[in-house]
Amino acid sequence: MSGEIILQAVVSGLLMGLIYALVAVGLSLIFGLMEIVNFAHGEFLMLAMFASFWLWALGGLDPLMSLPLVAAMLAGAGLLVHWGIIRHVLDAPMLAQVCATFGLAVALRAGAQFLWTPDFRVVADPLVAGRVQLGPIFIGQPQLVAGFVCLAAFVALWLFVTRTETGLALQATSQDRQAAAVMGIPTDRMSALGWAIGLGCVAVAGSMLSTFFYIFPDVGTNFALLAFVAVALGGFGSILGSLVAGVLIGLIESLGGLLISPSYKTLIVFALYLAVVLVRPKGLFGRF
Amino acid sequence: MLLEVRGLDVAYGDFQVVWDVSIAVAAGEAVALLGPNGSGKSTVVNTISGLVPVQAGEIRFDDQNLTERPTHHRAGLGLAHVLERRRVFPHLTVRQNLMLGAWHPAAKAARARSLERMFALFPRLAERQGQVARTLSGGEQQMLALGRGLMGLPRLLMVDEPFLGLAPQVIGQMRAVFEAIRREGIAILFIEQNVRLALSIASRGYILESGRMAIAGPAKDLIDSPVTRRIFLGG
Repeated sequence: MSGEIILQAVVSGLLMGLIYALVAVGLSLIFGLMEIVNFAHGEFLMLAMFASFWLWALGGLDPLMSLPLVAAMLAGAGLLVHWGIIRHVLDAPMLAQVCATFGLAVALRAGAQFLWTPDFRVVADPLVAGRVQLGPIFIGQPQLVAGFVCLAAFVALWLFVTRTETGLALQATSQDRQAAAVMGIPTDRMSALGWAIGLGCVAVAGSMLSTFFYIFPDVGTNFALLAFVAVALGGFGSILGSLVAGVLIGLIESLGGLLISPSYKTLIVFALYLAVVLVRPKGLFGRF
Repeated sequence: MLLEVRGLDVAYGDFQVVWDVSIAVAAGEAVALLGPNGSGKSTVVNTISGLVPVQAGEIRFDDQNLTERPTHHRAGLGLAHVLERRRVFPHLTVRQNLMLGAWHPAAKAARARSLERMFALFPRLAERQGQVARTLSGGEQQMLALGRGLMGLPRLLMVDEPFLGLAPQVIGQMRAVFEAIRREGIAILFIEQNVRLALSIASRGYILESGRMAIAGPAKDLIDSPVTRRIFLGG
């Protein structure tokens, strides 16, 4: 096998991994803040992709252009979910919390099938299309743009959380909710903000994904599963961990697919997940 | 009275742990809340902070009714609470922990000055300001927790077991800090299990036994009381 092919797999894996990472970081942020697993995370990715699709199909807006709008819509959905569902189950038994977000996932997926049918859709004439040649390898331009946008979103999130006052309060709430409340930090509002940011991140990933991936009601399932692996691998609540783990999963998937067999690529990722859970349950950068 | 708690009942679910407890703290006064393990001391201060809901009774601070108000409303009124086992933000630096202590607008405005004051009061924290809080020793974490509480410019500082697990010489330092805090006119309500130590710092004390107020009064009366002896020595 030639070096070019391996390099090609590395680059594609890296770009896909950045998308996985951005999906995962939202999940991780929400879990870190209130120890609730958002089982509807993949469905919100699906909603973001459909939002991008319809804005393109009906409004003529390319997903790259509608990105801020879709991000705002999903952030709003995050606030709504927190206000309408999550805050009512915060002190409930874990099973109730699981059922709340899992039920939301089923409702959203079934709702999407009902409204938009299970058909596969594509954004047929994306603004950025085609491939670029970089030395011996070819990179899809939509993937390249998606990777950069996701990386930029990640950097923005990192700066917000570590450099701003509100970001510090978000971290404080995540590390010790009661101590934060005693300081005067409105922890409920921090949770709501966490949902808004978490789903905002998913929106950026979904919006970018919609430029080169099929859009259908079940599309989120696989991404959400990979995001769970990334969060477990990177460590619950760790932002940097999500980035490293997401990229790692992208690389493992593409290199495993190349070196072993494409049909086993997901198997390898989940085998890795099992290994991490058994050997280092708190993940690479975990705090729990 | 700065803080007035009247007829407090607290329950975790169906399990009542505090019965009819009343406590008052005047401005600038140091008061100890004593009692053996499991007597409900932490529950009482956690309820005053709104971390545990009130079953019955009333909590007033500076003539405002706090009974039903959420926890985060208290800091701005001048009520600070250093929780049991320090509870510093483990992955944030010493400096970030202190900054977060000054969250409400008035405290935020005075932040730079307060920070200097904390570093003067706890020189150790100045040396370690860039260090992540979980890497500090127990005594340093206690100083950080106290400093973080003081950053909110409280008029009453509630401290849950400030001396627990500290080396004797650190206990000495802590006493000096308590003195300094009180000289600034900040009232202190602190929880302690060591009666002698507590009553040498506080001017008054309350002793809880199994969730009920057993005895309350000036420090010197409590030390000599047979009730105190019975509760702590089982005699």
